[in-house]
Amino acid sequence: MSTDAPILAVEHLSMRFGGIVAVSDLSFAAQRGHITALIGPNGAGKTTVFNCITGFYRPSGGTMRLVHDDGEAFRLDRLHDFRIAKYARVARTFQNIRLFPGMTALENLMVAQHNPLMRASGFTFLGLLGAPSFRHAEARAIAFARDWLDRIGLTERADDAAGNLPYGDQRRLEIARAMCAEPALLCLDEPAAGLNANESAGLSELLLAIRRDFGTSILLIEHDMSVVMEISDHIFVLDHGVKIADGAPQAVRDDPKVIAAYLGAEDEDAAAVMEGGA
Amino acid sequence: MATSAADRAIAPPGPGFAPILKKALLSALVALGLFALMIGVRTETGSTGQLTYWTRFGELAAMVGAVFAGSIVIELLRRWIGPAGSRGIVPPRVTEALGAAGRWIAPALLVFALLVPVIFYQQRYILDLGILVLTYVMLGWGLNIVVGLAGLLDLGYVAFYAVGAYSYALLAQSGLPFPQPADTFPYISVDFLKLGPWAFWVLLPVSGLLAAFWGMILGFPVLRLRGDYLAIVTLAFGEIIRLVILNWQDLTGGPNGISGIPRPSLFGIPLTPGPNGLAATLGIPFSPTHRLVFLFYLILILALLTNWVAIRLRRLPIGRAWEAMREDEVACRALGINITATKLSAFSIGAMFGGFAGAFFATRQGFISPESFTFQESALVLAIVVLGGMGSQLGVALAALTMIGGFELFRGLDQYRMLVFGIVMVLLMIWRPRGLVGHRAPSVFLHGRTTIAADMVKEGRG
Repeated sequence: MSTDAPILAVEHLSMRFGGIVAVSDLSFAAQRGHITALIGPNGAGKTTVFNCITGFYRPSGGTMRLVHDDGEAFRLDRLHDFRIAKYARVARTFQNIRLFPGMTALENLMVAQHNPLMRASGFTFLGLLGAPSFRHAEARAIAFARDWLDRIGLTERADDAAGNLPYGDQRRLEIARAMCAEPALLCLDEPAAGLNANESAGLSELLLAIRRDFGTSILLIEHDMSVVMEISDHIFVLDHGVKIADGAPQAVRDDPKVIAAYLGAEDEDAAAVMEGGA
Repeated sequence: MATSAADRAIAPPGPGFAPILKKALLSALVALGLFALMIGVRTETGSTGQLTYWTRFGELAAMVGAVFAGSIVIELLRRWIGPAGSRGIVPPRVTEALGAAGRWIAPALLVFALLVPVIFYQQRYILDLGILVLTYVMLGWGLNIVVGLAGLLDLGYVAFYAVGAYSYALLAQSGLPFPQPADTFPYISVDFLKLGPWAFWVLLPVSGLLAAFWGMILGFPVLRLRGDYLAIVTLAFGEIIRLVILNWQDLTGGPNGISGIPRPSLFGIPLTPGPNGLAATLGIPFSPTHRLVFLFYLILILALLTNWVAIRLRRLPIGRAWEAMREDEVACRALGINITATKLSAFSIGAMFGGFAGAFFATRQGFISPESFTFQESALVLAIVVLGGMGSQLGVALAALTMIGGFELFRGLDQYRMLVFGIVMVLLMIWRPRGLVGHRAPSVFLHGRTTIAADMVKEGRG
């Protein structure tokens, strides 16, 4: 059973902090199996939207509806905290990497598989007794984690503390960790921040591979326009908490409103600067 | 981190003697200011009520000199040893040798612990001390789950120790209550099942479960608190439990405590001189040491059980979630980990082992009173965990041995005991700010056993 509904439909979302309106009456939809980008100048409210979707904020108004492949629907505005990650299977990364620095790369990926492993361990009781079913489940989890370490090229450093890894590796490990939670929707908050051109290209490949091999829908906040323009299927542009444009990458790139929002400047300059990371 | 450590290793060991001298002079000046009136001038009321005073400049000079010299010694020591993570001037070969020693220290300690009653059979004092040390090892391992793994700073751990002890004492005296339906109002009657010689074995798990239950009760209100705030509230909880025990005279006997608590039996065979006792059963002459040896092995088994469970839990998803929560709670939530359940499980499992230890304490002493469950005990157990290295099982065992055993060892120093103890603690914290065993062993490997340096691992903020 599969469904044509968009994976995520956000309608009339608004978020106020006291008197400040961070997001106002925002509606957008992320298509199933697509990479959807959310861009906009600093302070446009992108991360606020992310925090609403992933349950870190409770929106002041509006609805967010997430539909799994099997048609099961979740109202994200009514679920909160860890339940969004656990039941609606929305995984996220953070703008400033939030790995578990004192745990190894492998352990980080094992923590991401907490909920299935917890069930397999009979909520600890079976695991404490060393039940074979749990041992098998754990071996499978390790194999799955290993597979992801292979993908991001960190197999050699599996047993090193995550906090000791180079910056770019930490970024990729955080994405792998989110993917180990087997999400229906993967939300990435500026995954290319702080990466060099080479690493950005590697990131684009990784994200395209995730979409191709797992069919995971991706929602992306990004400043690095080379990444956004290369991999996005659809782009929404936010400014001051309001959607100002949306469309395919080329259309958005040429949209005068977008250029004005970013720079208040003319075509060529804007394109040039946006290329360099806005 | 790695680069800074490497830099320090390459760089020459500090910039000469001048800053040390400067610091020492400064300390001496502060000491002079402090002691000038405290020690330098002595006042007394004269025979007719007038003020008489005399100066003691010699003593004052001696004190200031001691501070000056002490400051230089400490600075030199600090430079020689260096903080954790840096190479200091200790040659790498020494560090490696220590690492190699670390591998056989745990099995050696275990074998030694097993042999203690054989070696020291004639010395009741040593056996008693061994039981005490092992009780604290067990408490340390229990608290280590809460503080070391889950990163929740619990200053009221003694509350669960008390709950365990009082649960055992009260239930052993009254018997295990069983509610039954009755014909008259309130249609329920309570029967008490007398447990006789089996009391300890039946009530040990009951005490643990009750303590775990109280761990949950404590856990709920403090779920949202972090760090210092969590510490204060847990401290208050420990005091509340003690005050309730102290003031609920009808139930707990208040300050008089509970005496005549049943002694444990060897699976139903009491360790008494009578005809049913163990000695008579085995046909050997009775000796009070039998009970001590039995208690020693009992607490050893209980402590090892705690250790085994803690090590197992650490490799299970729940243990990994505890450590992940210590590292980054926000990331845990984003991965769908229920923080509430994870915190409560850490609190209640830690409390359960505190309850076991409490039941053991009650049966060993035969008498308990609120005096035994003061904040001092919580602080002592927490000090053991922190000194040992948070999260390290071996470190906690070593710290308990050093603190409890060492404390007894220095008994000859009388009033200077506390002073020596304090100095040792300060030096240890300068030398190893993350505890004796500060590094962390990963819970799962792909290639092979590694360790994670102490400066990577977070302490947790509750």
